Amino acid sequence: MDDAFDPADTTWTPVSAKLRAMRRMILVGALAAFALVVAGIAVAASLPYIGVGGAVVVGIVTAVGWRWIGRNQRAWGYTERDDDLLVRRGVAFRELIVVPYGRMQFVDVTDGPVQRRFGLSTVQLHTAAAKTDARIPGLTPSEAARLRDRLTARGESHAAGL
Amino acid sequence: MTTLLAESSPGQPVMRRLHPMTPFVRGWKIIAGFLAYGSSQSFGAVAGGDRDAPSGTQTAAAFGLFLGLVVVALLIAWVSWRSTRYGLDGVDLRIDTGVVRRQSRRVRLDRVQAVDVVRPLLARVLGLAELRLEVAGGASTEAPLAYLSESEAQALRAELLARAAGLRSDTPEAPERLLHTVGAPRLLVSTLLQLPVVVGAVAAVVLAGVAVSQGEPGALLFIFPAAASVVPAFARQFAANYGFTLAESPDGLRIRRGLLETRAQTVPPGRVQAVRLSEPLLWRVFAGWARLEVEIAGYSATGPAGAEAAVLLPVAPRAQCLALLARVLPGADPTTVATTGVPRRARWLAPLSRRVLAAGGGERYFVARRGAFRRITDVMPHERIQSVRVHQHPLQRWLRLASVTLDTTPGPVTVVAAHRDAADALTLAHQQARRARSARRLAVGQEWMRPRYTPGPDGGVTGGAADAEPNDGADC
Repeated sequence: MDDAFDPADTTWTPVSAKLRAMRRMILVGALAAFALVVAGIAVAASLPYIGVGGAVVVGIVTAVGWRWIGRNQRAWGYTERDDDLLVRRGVAFRELIVVPYGRMQFVDVTDGPVQRRFGLSTVQLHTAAAKTDARIPGLTPSEAARLRDRLTARGESHAAGL
Repeated sequence: MTTLLAESSPGQPVMRRLHPMTPFVRGWKIIAGFLAYGSSQSFGAVAGGDRDAPSGTQTAAAFGLFLGLVVVALLIAWVSWRSTRYGLDGVDLRIDTGVVRRQSRRVRLDRVQAVDVVRPLLARVLGLAELRLEVAGGASTEAPLAYLSESEAQALRAELLARAAGLRSDTPEAPERLLHTVGAPRLLVSTLLQLPVVVGAVAAVVLAGVAVSQGEPGALLFIFPAAASVVPAFARQFAANYGFTLAESPDGLRIRRGLLETRAQTVPPGRVQAVRLSEPLLWRVFAGWARLEVEIAGYSATGPAGAEAAVLLPVAPRAQCLALLARVLPGADPTTVATTGVPRRARWLAPLSRRVLAAGGGERYFVARRGAFRRITDVMPHERIQSVRVHQHPLQRWLRLASVTLDTTPGPVTVVAAHRDAADALTLAHQQARRARSARRLAVGQEWMRPRYTPGPDGGVTGGAADAEPNDGADC
């Protein structure tokens, strides 16, 4: 593990563990639906091999997906510095984004129906560059609101034109 | 000089109409659409085995239908013209359009990124022109005024720029100084001296030789569709930059170009986000030529037209390109900025361009080089950085490499320092974030002519930015 993306002088705020729970539930739900279909086919066509094969696939995907979701959740992190926001993410494809507060054009807070059930929100920062993808998923609504207000306040005090 | 846009108080704007010939130019487009559709339909009828020759009554009916369509098209265009007005509302340009769904748009003139006067062929014949006001952030041109008379477009352009600069609206049009022209012979040679063209021509000749020697001249016919798919792109490139003239004036850079459709662009000072110097292989080897492209927030995502609009100098000797680059981004000289290369192990990911890849930040500019065949040098002022990204894919991770991207407004220029040592990349990213922060404090304001306040003793003007006024940035 090299630590270029994890400098010692930075303390990262992790995203909520509920993000992991939500993604795992979605994974299990999707796989359960898939397993039901495969089981139905196996029974209807009386082909036990399909049933066994399906069970193996579901088992492997669950194990790998379960682990991956956990690592991905741990990889997310953000930190508010004096002049910019740092967001890091990703396990295989890692990314670290530095967004100066003065460059912020607007901040979005979104939550879908599933996210709401788990009490999660996503905060996204937009700059004039379309490629700035400073998204932080898996925040609690109160933390998302606090971050939004904080970012907009800092954006105003650091404002600059294009 | 009289002003076109009368002074008005907010709420009491004096609105003007577009040129009365507009419906005919616009209507013609609609008619052309109808005709294309109609002819495809009748071709379909002929191909479908409709062997009866059209009788007199049928011809008359078709002609009547066509006349009706013309009237409808003109009517639509006329109603659209009637409902379109523009004028000055306070300090904003206001444009009202639409009949059913009305729209009233106000464009902040101090936020104008570029002003273009475009004259398509038909409009040129009639002495009309379209004025396009480009503002940052839109997917297309935000304020197209089509069509105005040529003189009106010219006057309006000068007036809008004067207002955008924060000057009085009756300021006479700024004088200009010619910087560059590109002659047709050089443009033609540079268009032909490109890898796809040369390779295609050689392939065509070889193919023709083989076909003739094998006694199968019929095979030659296959060359034409292949050529037809390639030639238009290069012909367009030539036509777009034909008669290229670049001039400098206090209201910005002025570019005029075009063979059939002419275009006069004005880019006010301080609108350039980044500049790209590109040297295609053949130009570099045989002629020592280069090309300059600029990134301007207004020409954002307008597709190939946007990319074409962003050309600052289509072809010129490298030294002239560098001189112009230093003029557009004051004092920028990519040859003196210290850049560092990438480690040897990066050759596994960039075998051809490993030695070319380099990046580094100078006092005011960041420079990144890449490209094995077409050599690209991107130059970006530190204060234009929107965000900094460090990214690493699994292979890079295995080789302990990472890439740094400096995000700019959408456009042709992408500033990437690829395949650097991972620790190095992170240091570079933080360094650039710091540089961007200090550079932004010195940035010039949006209304480039309006005096703000005199720089105090603590103006903090360092880094050779003697001409930069401190800006409290309150205009965001």
